Amino acid sequence: MSTTHSPYAHGPASVRATMFRVLAALVPALAVLVWYSQGAILLPLVLSSAACLALEAVCLKLRARPWRNDGSALLTAWLLTLCLPVVTPWWLVLTTALIAIVFAKHLYGGLGQNPFNPAMAAFCVAIVAAPGIMAQHLPPHAMSTLEQIRIILGLDAREVLDGIASATPLNALSNALHHDDTHAADFADTLATPLALICAYALGGLWLVRARIIDWRTPLVFLATLFLLATLPWWIAPARYPSPLFHLLHPSTMLAAFFILTDPVTGCTTARGKCLLAACAALIVWLIRSHGAYPDGIAFSVLLMNFCAPFIDLHTQPKAFGHER
Amino acid sequence: MQPAPYSFPGGIHPETHKALTREAAIAPAPLPAQLFVPLQEKGRAPGRIVVRAGERVLKGQKLAEPADALGAAMHAPTSGEVRAIAPHPLAQADGGEGLCAHIVPDGKEEWTPHAPFDLQSATHEAALRHLRDSGIVGLGGAAFPSHIKLGDGHQIHTLVLNGAECEPWITCDERLMREQATAILRGAQILAQLAGAAEIRVGIEDNKPEALAAMEVASAGQANVQVFSVPTRYPAGGEKQLIESLTGIRIPAGRYGPQYGVQCFNVGTAHAVARAIDHGEPLISRVVTLTGAVRRPANVEALIGTPIADLLALAEPENNVTRTLLGGPMMGVALPNLAAPLPKHGNCLIAASDALFPPRPAPSPCIRCTACAQACPQRLQPFELYWFAHARAFDKLARYRLFDCIECGACAWVCPANLPLVDYYRFAKDAIRTQERERRAADSARERFEWRSFRLAREKEEKAARLKARAAETLSQMNNEGAPPDAGSADKQALIAAAVARAAAQKAAAETPPPPTEEPPQP
Amino acid sequence: MGIVLATLVVVSLAALLGGALGLAAVIFRVEGDPLVERIDAILPQTQCGQCGFPGCKAYASAIAEGRAEINLCPPGGEAGVRALADLLGREFKPLAGDGADKPKTIAHIDEQQCIGCTLCIQACPVDAIAGAAKQLHAVVPQLCTGCELCMSPCPVECIHMQAVPAARPWPYPVFALKQENA
Repeated sequence: MSTTHSPYAHGPASVRATMFRVLAALVPALAVLVWYSQGAILLPLVLSSAACLALEAVCLKLRARPWRNDGSALLTAWLLTLCLPVVTPWWLVLTTALIAIVFAKHLYGGLGQNPFNPAMAAFCVAIVAAPGIMAQHLPPHAMSTLEQIRIILGLDAREVLDGIASATPLNALSNALHHDDTHAADFADTLATPLALICAYALGGLWLVRARIIDWRTPLVFLATLFLLATLPWWIAPARYPSPLFHLLHPSTMLAAFFILTDPVTGCTTARGKCLLAACAALIVWLIRSHGAYPDGIAFSVLLMNFCAPFIDLHTQPKAFGHER
Repeated sequence: MQPAPYSFPGGIHPETHKALTREAAIAPAPLPAQLFVPLQEKGRAPGRIVVRAGERVLKGQKLAEPADALGAAMHAPTSGEVRAIAPHPLAQADGGEGLCAHIVPDGKEEWTPHAPFDLQSATHEAALRHLRDSGIVGLGGAAFPSHIKLGDGHQIHTLVLNGAECEPWITCDERLMREQATAILRGAQILAQLAGAAEIRVGIEDNKPEALAAMEVASAGQANVQVFSVPTRYPAGGEKQLIESLTGIRIPAGRYGPQYGVQCFNVGTAHAVARAIDHGEPLISRVVTLTGAVRRPANVEALIGTPIADLLALAEPENNVTRTLLGGPMMGVALPNLAAPLPKHGNCLIAASDALFPPRPAPSPCIRCTACAQACPQRLQPFELYWFAHARAFDKLARYRLFDCIECGACAWVCPANLPLVDYYRFAKDAIRTQERERRAADSARERFEWRSFRLAREKEEKAARLKARAAETLSQMNNEGAPPDAGSADKQALIAAAVARAAAQKAAAETPPPPTEEPPQP
Repeated sequence: MGIVLATLVVVSLAALLGGALGLAAVIFRVEGDPLVERIDAILPQTQCGQCGFPGCKAYASAIAEGRAEINLCPPGGEAGVRALADLLGREFKPLAGDGADKPKTIAHIDEQQCIGCTLCIQACPVDAIAGAAKQLHAVVPQLCTGCELCMSPCPVECIHMQAVPAARPWPYPVFALKQENA
């Protein structure tokens, strides 16, 4: 007797294809970072990818689940690499991989069951545990490849990299704000914004929107809310608050809008929910960037909204066909 | 011809595979060596059988009367001898059996007397009864009796004629529209008249330009008929979806078209209605698409009750066929037994090979990508339904409108994780219905038990009261007769007297055979 | 002084909240014992007495008062025990006795043998048998709970239990998320 039931036809979609398309969308950004870092980023990228894949395999084995090669572990590794500073020491790269794959993903039940974005959870742990290292975002072309690799491998004894690694625009801005520097905004504007990276993120993200892998609402609402939130205070007190362009043109803003907040597992599923989640995330990002102690609020904002996603879903259920409520 | 004025949410674009059979004109299938006419529609009680084994039946002779309000008659598809009336495998996924009339045709095709039905002078009830007696049911897939869908002739203002045929592979409706457009519209006019509908809207998917043109030509001069082209998107031919596309009316689960002034009929049903009224011919045959991995894909007019294997043989299946589907790939069923007969709702047979229908890859966990929600034509959240059905959280499923699901399969088609979503919904629906039935039975048992306990208690009280009255009577008799006993023991005396009286009565009763009593045993 | 003030504040807060709680208990008091009703709602209402109590309601109150275990109801089956365990927060126990879930049956009276004695009618807890003295009795199949209480009173042993054709439930979809040989 036949054990299968209709439908007997299946469309072309698969989880693996979806994940690999997201990975493909990240390639332009990675290429730009390779250029910025003069190739040094390939080391943490390979390190993180290998660690995540190995840990995924071990976890699946321990949990007696088949190895599916669905690309989800690789995606986590890539997102982690993009978030961490290039000159993150190897042990921190491995630790974040461990936290992301084992603690944030498989201890919660693996793919599809994790309430928090694994990459963001690991990033948050890193930023809380090692704030000094996490602040070492290098400006483009700041250091030679060899020097960066020596730092990553722990061969360079320098604890802090001041002088060479100037803080990121946001770090600088944050410092300036907390020291009542009235020229904070000007200072931020004059810093070279890594335009190429932003364009690369946007390019990949828009391709995903066009391929209908991510919903257009999330990036649109997130960016628009951030822009509006930043505009009013800046308009009233331009010396105290950075310009909205500064918020939008930050690489992590773009990364979050197109690749982090759009994670289906940890985000909202209803159209209204997606809009609400994106708007709230923008609010938290703006609050942390403007008033918080941490230089950037993306990761915390994403985790906080991951918390709220099931609740938002519950209260934004659409009306079924023909029903009044 | 004009584009449909409204649209429906969701939907998918599977490959249609209709080119295989769309140019295959309808040809009559040869008379099979034997027929097994099912005497019930799917999932309903068998009708009252009006022939006997061994009897000779004529073509169109009634075999079974409808058993209940939700039935329609069954007829002999050709003349011949009824060999047996016995259980036979039916064309269902579970391979279940049902009562079938086993008829061996004599090849004479001798018709039972029949005559056109005079619609003009007949009452509404008589016309509906004629449709029921002609065995007219929906040929689109649900096999729901048409006379019930028509209602009382007052509620419906718009009749939707469903020629969308959105399921892949199937072309039987398309061929019928191209070849019999006039008869279809004649049937639609009859249905509209019986329903009291002022307007007929025909919906056809825009991948059938010839059918659209044929219907347009045939409808010329019929002012109340409008032909609409519907964008090709599965499930555009779902009853609710087509009604929304053509009228903008959305019918939720548990409601029916007439409550909203609209009703939907399949083009094949309209054609059968025209045959039943204008020629007096009951529904004994239908058009079936034979396709899939076959050497001679075809559209044939086959007798109801023809064994599936005989029909399939006409198309000459390839050697690599692994299973046979009745209906389309989205909502059809894989037949476990090809001896099963063609039912009235059997619109298509697909010889499925692994090349055409690759086995479903192993499912992986849901990643909540919401592709299913975007594809759902009923605007449900299939992944949430899957989640709750998987956890057997049945109370949640009602809140997420499980029963609005039409099982169209669009969600499972798009699912990147390959989850058998519809199977979960069928499981949950079945489990919830069973639970509900058991709960109702338990409630009724509880009520009856409580009522009985109450009744027993009341009878006991009444008996006690009667006894007391009788004792008082005895006491007063004794008082009248002789010396009054001391007042303190008066009650006791009375009781004893009553007991004596009762014992005597029982003794007297014991001498005659014990009279059965409906009263409960005395305590 | 500070300590006195703090103590006073805490004490008055406690008094206030305690009073509010007490008031709420009076205002929102639940009439009757809903627990018995809720247990009774889970029991299958066969009224068969296999639990040792006269009827489902009696068993329900016995459970509510802690006089009875939750695994005494064979017609409720394992699912019933689980539902009771969930409701009462008790540990699940396998069914007492042989513990197997029996298929549902209903009583059937052999028309040839029935002498019309009405004993089964009196025994039926849910009034599911129709008939009168010296008349043929018949079980109303829709109402019969399959409790078998009518079988032993019958003097001519003309009552038999017949299995109800089991509705084939749609199977729970099973697919291997785990590896076969793990």
